[in-house]
This record gives sequence, C-alpha cells and structure tokens, in this order.
Amino acid sequence: MEHTVVSATKFNAWFGDNHVVKDVSISIERNQCVAVMGPSGCGKTTFLRCINRMHELIPGATAKGSLKLYADEVYSMNPIYVRYKIGMVFQRPNPFPNLSIYDNVIAGYKLNGLSMPKAELDRIVEKSLTSAALWNEVKDSLHKKGTFLSGGQQQRLCIARAIAMEPEVILFDEPTSALDPISTASVEQLFHELKENYTLIIVTHNMQQAARVSDKTAFFYVGELVEFDDTKQMFTAPKDTRTQNYITGRFS
Amino acid sequence: MDARIKIRNTKSILFKSLIIFLAFIITLPLIIVLLYIIKMGVVQVNWGFLVHAPTPEGVAGGGIANALIGSLIMVGMSAIVAIPVGLSAGIYLSENPGTRLAYYSGLCVDILQGVPSIVVGIVIYFWIVKPFGFSAISGSIALAIMMLPIVVRSTEQTLLLLPASLKEAALSLGVPYHRVMLKVIVPCGFAGILSGIILSIARIIGETAPLLFTALGNVYISTKVTGPMDSLPHLIYIDAKSSYQDQIDQAWGASFILLMFVLILNITTKLITRKWNIQL
Amino acid sequence: MSEKNKRLDLSYSQMKWETVFRRILIVMSSIMVLLVIGTLITLIVKSWPTIKSLGIGYLWGKVWDPVSDVYGARPFLMGTLLTSFTALIISIPFSYSVAIYLGEYNTKGWLSNLLKNTVELIAAVPSIIYGFWALFVLVPQVRKLETLLHMPAVGVGAFAASLVLAVMIIPYAASLGTSLIRMVPSPLKEGAYALGATRFEVIRSVILPFTRSGLFAGILLSLGRALGETMAVTILIGNTSAIGNTFKDVFFGPGNTMASVIANEFSEADHDLYYSALIELGLVLFFVTVIINLIGKRIITKYTNK
Repeated sequence: MEHTVVSATKFNAWFGDNHVVKDVSISIERNQCVAVMGPSGCGKTTFLRCINRMHELIPGATAKGSLKLYADEVYSMNPIYVRYKIGMVFQRPNPFPNLSIYDNVIAGYKLNGLSMPKAELDRIVEKSLTSAALWNEVKDSLHKKGTFLSGGQQQRLCIARAIAMEPEVILFDEPTSALDPISTASVEQLFHELKENYTLIIVTHNMQQAARVSDKTAFFYVGELVEFDDTKQMFTAPKDTRTQNYITGRFS
Repeated sequence: MDARIKIRNTKSILFKSLIIFLAFIITLPLIIVLLYIIKMGVVQVNWGFLVHAPTPEGVAGGGIANALIGSLIMVGMSAIVAIPVGLSAGIYLSENPGTRLAYYSGLCVDILQGVPSIVVGIVIYFWIVKPFGFSAISGSIALAIMMLPIVVRSTEQTLLLLPASLKEAALSLGVPYHRVMLKVIVPCGFAGILSGIILSIARIIGETAPLLFTALGNVYISTKVTGPMDSLPHLIYIDAKSSYQDQIDQAWGASFILLMFVLILNITTKLITRKWNIQL
Repeated sequence: MSEKNKRLDLSYSQMKWETVFRRILIVMSSIMVLLVIGTLITLIVKSWPTIKSLGIGYLWGKVWDPVSDVYGARPFLMGTLLTSFTALIISIPFSYSVAIYLGEYNTKGWLSNLLKNTVELIAAVPSIIYGFWALFVLVPQVRKLETLLHMPAVGVGAFAASLVLAVMIIPYAASLGTSLIRMVPSPLKEGAYALGATRFEVIRSVILPFTRSGLFAGILLSLGRALGETMAVTILIGNTSAIGNTFKDVFFGPGNTMASVIANEFSEADHDLYYSALIELGLVLFFVTVIINLIGKRIITKYTNK
C-alpha cells in the first residue's frame, strides 16, 4: 500500500471569478492526522471540500489542477465513488432526523440501495458506533430517532456514519466548533483512535485543538498554502512570518 | 391636559371595541351558513341517499351516488396527475432558484393560481372535449390544473425551509442527487408537502365551474372515465335551479356531504401541521 | 475487494438515473409555462372571430342578442365590476378589522387561533354551497327588502351576489393583512408608545402607514378573487343580459357577469360567433384577473424582501 494518500499539485479553486485556492501543493501520508488552519476566508474549507468533490455542488464553483487519492485523479473518478472513499463530518452535527440511530449509521448503504444481509449491517453498526465511542451510550436505543442525543453524541453519530462506509480518508470541517467543551474533548479523544485506521484531515479554527490532536499542520493564508510541517515544529518555530503572526495572534 | 388625554384614551378604547366587533361579526355568516346546511342536509342523508342514483323529477327516493362516486373518482384522478407534476416542479423551484426556468415557471404558477376556474374549463373543453368528447378524464385534468399551483408552492416552501446541512450530509455519503431528494429531502418535508396536497384536494372537491363543460354530469352511476360523470358540486348546482322540492332537498343533502368532506380535509391538514412540524 | 467493485458498478449506474431525474424536474416545471402559454393561445384563437369582426366596440356594446347575432359585453362588464367592487367595499372594513385584531391586538392564544381558523374556514367552504344557501335563505330576505323599497321583488341580482361575494373574499385580504401587520418592527411601535401615543394612535400613525402598500396588495388579491368567482354569482345574479334603466334596477334587479354568462350560455352556443363572443369574455377575465393577481403578488414580494 502506498504511503501518500492525498496529494495535491498546483491545485486551484474558484467561486465564479473569485480565486479562493491558489496553487496548493501538499502531500498527506497514511494514518496521519493533519490539521488545516488559517484565518477566515483563507480557502482552507474550500480546499477540504474539493478533496471529496463537494465544492463543485455550489453553482459557479470550479477547480483545476491535480488532486489525487493514492494514484488516481479525484476529478477523473466518479464523484459518488470518491465520496464513498472519502468521508466528511460537518461543523454542525447533521444526523438525518427522520431515521433511527441504526439507520443513520448505515445511511450510506441504505440510501444508496446497497443491500446487505442484516447480520452484516448489524456488525457494521456495532463496529462504527464503537469506533466513534458511542456504542455503549446508544446500544439499547438503536431504533429510536437520534433527536434525544446531545450535540457531542450527535457529532459522534455523524462520525460513525462516515466510518461505516469504510473510507480511506475522513475530512472534518470544524467538527467541534458547535460543541460544548466536554463534547469537544470526547471528539478530540476520538481522533487519536481513528488515526490508526484512517487518514484524518481536520480544518480547525482552534489552534490549541490543532496542537492537541494533529501530527502535521497546514497553514493557509489568502488562498495559499504558506507552510506545512510537523505540528510541534510549526507551533514552536514556524518558518514563515505569516505563520508566526497568526500563531501569536496578530490576526485571526 | 388631563381632559385631552382622557379623550384620546376613550378614542382608543372605542376603536378597539369597533375592531373587535367587526372582526368577530364575520363569524356570524359562516356559522349561520354551516348550521343551516347541517340542519337541512343531515335529515336527507341515509344509506339509500348515499348509494342510489337520483330518481326522475317528481319521483321520491333516489340519492347522490352518481355524484359521490363521480367526485371521488375525478378527485382521485386529478391527484394522481397533479401530485407528481406539482412535486417535481416544487422540487425544481426550491433547488434552482436563480435560473430562468425557475423564474418563468414560478411566474406561471402564480398566473395559474389566479385564473378563474371557468376559464380553465373552457380551455380544457377545446383541448380535450372537442377531440375526445365529454369525459371524467377531461374534468380531472381541469381540476388537476387547479391543484397544481397549491401543490407546487407548498412543496417549494416546505423544501426551502429545510436546513441545507441535510442535503450536504447525504451528498457527502456518496448518495446521488436523485436519491438525496427522494429519500432524504422529500421525506423530511413530508408534513408540509402532505398538507399542501390535502389543501389542494379540499379546494377542488368543491369546484363546479371547470366541470360544467368537461365532465358534464350524469344522472346514472358511472365509473366509465371516458364518459360524462357527475360530481357533488355539479349536482348541487343543477338541483338548486330545479323547481321540484325533492331535488332541492337532494341538494341540501349533497351540500351537507360536500361540506363534511371539506371540513374533515381542512381539519386533517391542521392536525398534520401541528403534529409533525414540531419534529424538525 | 468485490465489495469495491460492487460499489463501483453501482455508482456508474446511479449517474444515469441522476440525469433522468434532473430532466424530469425540468420537464415538469416547463409544463407550468406550457399550460399558461397554451391557455392564452387557445383563448385568443377561439375568440378571434369576434375580435376581428367586432373589435373594441364589442366591449362597449349594450345589446346581447345571440339569436340575432348581436353581441355587446357592456351588461357583463357592468355586472362584473358592480358585484366585485361592491363586494370589495363591503368586505374591506371587516378584512382590515380581522387583520388589525389578529396582527396587533391579539396575536397569540386560543381566541386568536379560533378567529384565524374561522376566517380560513370561510375561504374553505365551496362557492356553490354559499350560492345555494344564499338562493334559499338570503334571496327571500332581499325580496322582502325590495318590497319595502317598492321595487319588483325579484331577489336575485347584483345586490344579493355582492353580499355573498363580500363574505367569500374577506379571508384573502384578512390573512395577508394579518401577516403584514405582525411584521411591523417593534422598535417602530415602541418609539411611538414612548412618546405617549395611545394604541389607536400607534395603529393609525405607525402600523397602517407602514403596511399601506401591502394592505393594498391584499385588496387586489381579494378583488382578483371576486372578479373570477363564478358559481355563487351565477346562481344569485339572475341571468338577464340586459342593462336596467336606473341604478336601482341595475343593482337590485337581475343581471349577469362575464363569468356567469359564460357558465350559463356556453353549452347552448351553437355557432362560431356565439362561441367566440363568450370566449372573448373569458379572455378579458383572464387578463384582468391575472394582471391584478400579479401586481398584488409583486407588491407582496417587494414587501417581504424589504
């Protein structure tokens, strides 16, 4: 198995005429947890959404350049297949309100009409909820709708839902910014465990979070990838002044 | 100073009384009409009334089965046509708000909502009755055209109120667009869409004008959709103009039945919106 | 690994359905446009004979005599305008009162909901039922009134029709007015109260001016509804296609509206010119109601986006 999971080479993205991601080149290895940070409007979320081809769903959004999952160009593959392989967890927990917890976890299969034997689905549900550290809390209410869950639990349900598809990469778009501190801690704990089986890319506004959970950090500024380095290195001795200014709080 | 303020306050109180009086007094005509219809109509209704066809003028007995069955059949057929079309158009309008088609389509939905029902009847007469003859099908299509604006707008508005994160979550799992809409978005908006559908049915079940020159009317019980068929409002209209007392009595009975249908449908809608809208 | 292939195959076949689905949505939306265009074309084509031969004079002609092939729409224009505007004028105080009550005095609670639901119920009752009831209950009372006023006691006519129509169109202006009045920003009202205004004064000088164009749109919608109403009016209007001599005759005596003459005579029309004359009335009705409704809706969207 190759080591480089996601690699971008001179990748660009636009919203109409607005050039939001400029010539980004980055290489992300397997089982790494990479934090992507930068001030608002720096293109980090846009870049993230290009990886699983959610970017193009916005009218007028375009992208150009090389973006690979292993050796395959993401933009040449079937977008549906890309999203099977690259999962996403959003800022606001968004479990499907009309489905039970059980059905939420296997939603990727159910909604796609991928039929599987019940035993297999049960196994997937238990495995995913366990990996998301939610199994014990919901195992007796699997067939209830998830509306009674707390914010943190709902987000872990969304993580379980993404994991159930057995992706290679999981993308996180500011996954804890809508959560209280305790829920945030439980989700951050998960990152350490998930790293062993998946590659994680986490966009975050919270520098301390990046420092806590990631192996490497990418700093974006006004659409460009300014610096990409080991997290420890980045936060103690950043190489670029812009990174330095961001970290010390000159702007945010 | 004090006197002037007193006058202004009195004016305010008088105004409020006037407003309350006028606002509540309009419930009076409605209550009078409803009670009268119920009083005159409920005595007419028995099992025979519901299952027999009308008897010739002057002959006692008979019922409104022809109109009852006719209304049910035609409303059913209208719904079968109008629901898919209206749902699809509503989805399109909510999903593609900026496009030219959305603009013109939305404009035409507003236009259709304002077209007098008799004009719809005339148009369908020329499109379908002239080439194919009077039929329940032509009546249903006229009614379907009247249902469409309500179904389209309520679908569109319901879907626009759903959070965008719902669609995103489904798309990110690799679910293709059509499944996202049909298996996630529409089911989540079910309450709003359903109440729109029921409201539109309640509207057309009482419509007479579009049926005057399309489904025509039929004194016999008929289920043949390619031929003329009677309907409750049409029966009431014809009987109202009659000089025979038993036909007028029949009209009271039919009015009662029609009124009950409309009331039940409206109350159902209210219950649905109250019960299911809390969930989202 | 076969799991991967299974998923790969599935994802390719899904793409085909996606395109089909999107196309269906577009087709269905286009149907709306086609219906309107088709309606317009049909109406124009079928009324062309009278448009061509009688021109604009048709709308002003006083005499309607299909037997002698003489057509003039003035009786119906008058009937329609008379019934609709009378109904509108009668309904306005009531619609506004409901709107002010539900929008300002009592916006929540059981009584408010009761009134709101009752008003919506008025709109839900089919027009044929109103017409039928009025024919047997209201019209005899009107006859008594006419006897008192020393007029021929016909009962049916514009007067009876206007009364019933007035009740039927109240809900339209009332519900729109309620929403608009509720949307008046609190800071505006609070400013007036803080200066010592009474409730009446706040309504008069803040709320009503603020919602003025929106309330006007509500009137337009009610008017559009009144103009297009067929069945209740047809039963109550008396079906006489001649114009009376005095206003009293016109108002209290039998008449006709554009919609009711179509309803009554369309099935009896036996030759092209007769049909065409009736359909031209439909065309006029179409234009007038559509324009009024669109103007009303335009005002509302401008309002809610303000």
